[in-house]
Amino acid sequence: MMGANLLLPLSGLVLAALAWAAGSVWLAGVTPIAASFAPLETARALLALLQGAELWEHVAVSLERVAVGLGVALLLGIPLGVLTGLSPLFSRSTTPLFQFARMISPLSWMPLAVMVLGVGNAPVYFLLAFAAVWPILLNTAAGVAQLDKNWLLLARSLSATRRETIVHVILPGITAQILTGVRLAIGIIWIVLVPAEMLGVSAGLGYFILDARDRLAYSDLMAAILVIGFLGYLLDHAARTLHKRWLHAA
Amino acid sequence: MNSPLPEPALAIAAAAADAPAVLEARGLSYAHGAAGPVFSHLSLSIRRREIVALLGGSGCGKSTLLRVLAGLARPATGEVRFLDTVQAAPHPRSALVFQQASLLPWLNLADNVGFGLDFAHQPQTAKAARDERIKAAIAAVGLAGREGAWPAQLSGGMAQRTALARALARQPELLFADEPFSALDAITRAEMQSLLVDVVHRWHTAALLVTHDIDEAILVADRIVLMGGRPGRLLHEWTVDIPRNREDHPEAVGALRLAILSALRHAS
Repeated sequence: MMGANLLLPLSGLVLAALAWAAGSVWLAGVTPIAASFAPLETARALLALLQGAELWEHVAVSLERVAVGLGVALLLGIPLGVLTGLSPLFSRSTTPLFQFARMISPLSWMPLAVMVLGVGNAPVYFLLAFAAVWPILLNTAAGVAQLDKNWLLLARSLSATRRETIVHVILPGITAQILTGVRLAIGIIWIVLVPAEMLGVSAGLGYFILDARDRLAYSDLMAAILVIGFLGYLLDHAARTLHKRWLHAA
Repeated sequence: MNSPLPEPALAIAAAAADAPAVLEARGLSYAHGAAGPVFSHLSLSIRRREIVALLGGSGCGKSTLLRVLAGLARPATGEVRFLDTVQAAPHPRSALVFQQASLLPWLNLADNVGFGLDFAHQPQTAKAARDERIKAAIAAVGLAGREGAWPAQLSGGMAQRTALARALARQPELLFADEPFSALDAITRAEMQSLLVDVVHRWHTAALLVTHDIDEAILVADRIVLMGGRPGRLLHEWTVDIPRNREDHPEAVGALRLAILSALRHAS
């Protein structure tokens, strides 16, 4: 049973690896340096990188940026989302603005962010938070709007105080939606992170990709791509698991 | 049987004749905003341990009436007395069951059943006593052993049983049930109808069942009150004296169904 469950997903991965191997053989015929893109070379580079300290430092820096960006987005997105969900006035006056701002690729703020916040971590935090705040805000607002009206009636039938209603019904009631927002936010952050780290910083996975290119270390570059994919998969999996556990739907 | 209601006040006098009332409503009117009144000058009383079905078509205002009777909405005129005191807020000895189970998905079955028993405005009880009540309520609906289950794992029928247990845990004198079984499949609905009757009898509580299903009203209720008109009022009432289980008396059930259908036709 377990074997059959793993077989199909694994077959997709194996097929992709075969296509990768074939592609790199073909490309090496055209440009010889492309030989270092091959799966075997990449695996060798990955093993070396995993044993060294450098890659782990870049990973740590990137994950810290994800955490800060997500944290700022939560601090801004949840209260704004609750306000949007509760107040039709606030919702009507901000919806066009939010829909407009959310469609601007966060990366297009990069030059401005560097100009205003300077070179270093601050503009990266800004870009990540800016990318992540929308799914959190919109999902929180949807969570408040979709709260089961019967839960509120139930609370009223128990003569619940305002505090009891918020602590025992509203906050736990919107947590599932907030977690959905967090999951979407992590997906966006992880995608924006790499390009955001390609400007004005000297550590992180995005920086490592550019650095590998400059060193002509193409197998390192490919290894970094694998690491980015794998970490992204883990982050998404963690967010999904959190959501499932909260609803006990697993 | 089959007595029309000439004057609401007279109906109260008749209903209160042989047992003390747990709930007594007089002269209730209610309106939302500018639209005309949903119902007006409506009176109803529910005796202890009595199951009353409030029957009416969709949109006749019966759910609104239930909310006013349960203290969740304030009437424009009139008053509701619960156990002989004027009700200003939902009474701790009344409990609600909705059409949807509306369990809290982040709490397990036992915590759902005990939800709110420790709230500030509820009668203060020791934790051990509360746990005992929760256990008894879960057993009463046949879910003993499932205390740790999560709402997402429950079937529709089991979720509605849990919702019924949540109401029982409050040791209600009166159970308000708003179309509690209409979202269930026919077989589960029949099971839940007999469970409701059984539980209400064993727990010595009264129940007000809001329904649009004539057969459900006949199978479950001791008394059926028909609501209709615009603004809504109580058109008719029937005392159901068919012995239980009523499925075993199809002729009597059929006769009462015809009487109700004919009253509905006259009303529209």
